[in-house]
Amino acid sequence: MQTDIQILTHPINIQSCINSVMLPESGGIDIFIGTVRNATKGKAVIRLEFEAYEKMALAEMEKIAEHAYSKWPIQNLLIYHRTGVLSVGEVPVIIAVSAAHRDAAFEACRYVIDTLKQTVPIWKKEIFEDGEIWVAAHP
Amino acid sequence: MKINVLAFGIAKDIFGEPSVSLELANNANVYNLKYLLEHQYPRLKQLASYMIAVNNEYALPEDTIHESDEIAIIPPVSGG
Repeated sequence: MQTDIQILTHPINIQSCINSVMLPESGGIDIFIGTVRNATKGKAVIRLEFEAYEKMALAEMEKIAEHAYSKWPIQNLLIYHRTGVLSVGEVPVIIAVSAAHRDAAFEACRYVIDTLKQTVPIWKKEIFEDGEIWVAAHP
Repeated sequence: MKINVLAFGIAKDIFGEPSVSLELANNANVYNLKYLLEHQYPRLKQLASYMIAVNNEYALPEDTIHESDEIAIIPPVSGG
């Protein structure tokens, strides 16, 4: 069992994420790749800016990992999140999970990304041609 | 006691700076801190919600604040 959790300011190498969770004992790897979408509610997005409360974000991701290990028989788990300015098509987040059998990998991967979006102190600003908003800030 | 509150995301925009210094009663709790923050920065009340973190953990309203604590305001998160 190996957990690799990082907040990065440079682009993520997806292949090396996959390689790093793979074990001879693995029967499969589930990977979630978040990408920057070009529009929100029909409005063109120019770029996103991510900010993290880094120490706490790492601690919260660690909690998510611990829970995932306690709930599913998974092998290795990787959670990388980027901060800074990202353009359309770039990858702000990647989750990779290996397991002997696919059910555990699928379920744990989904749990990790869903929970990350709810609890990890990272914020996303959408930049449009005519303004910008912090996502989810207002009702 | 004097405390420092770190701000991120929209809270940083509302404060106009990445952290603010506040004077709190010695036995103040998180509820007291939120009350004071909302009084000084009424735009916080327009947020969907926000939490206070004490020493990198989400805090409850009744948690006591100490002068040496690392305190942060956590507006609705939106990572991923």
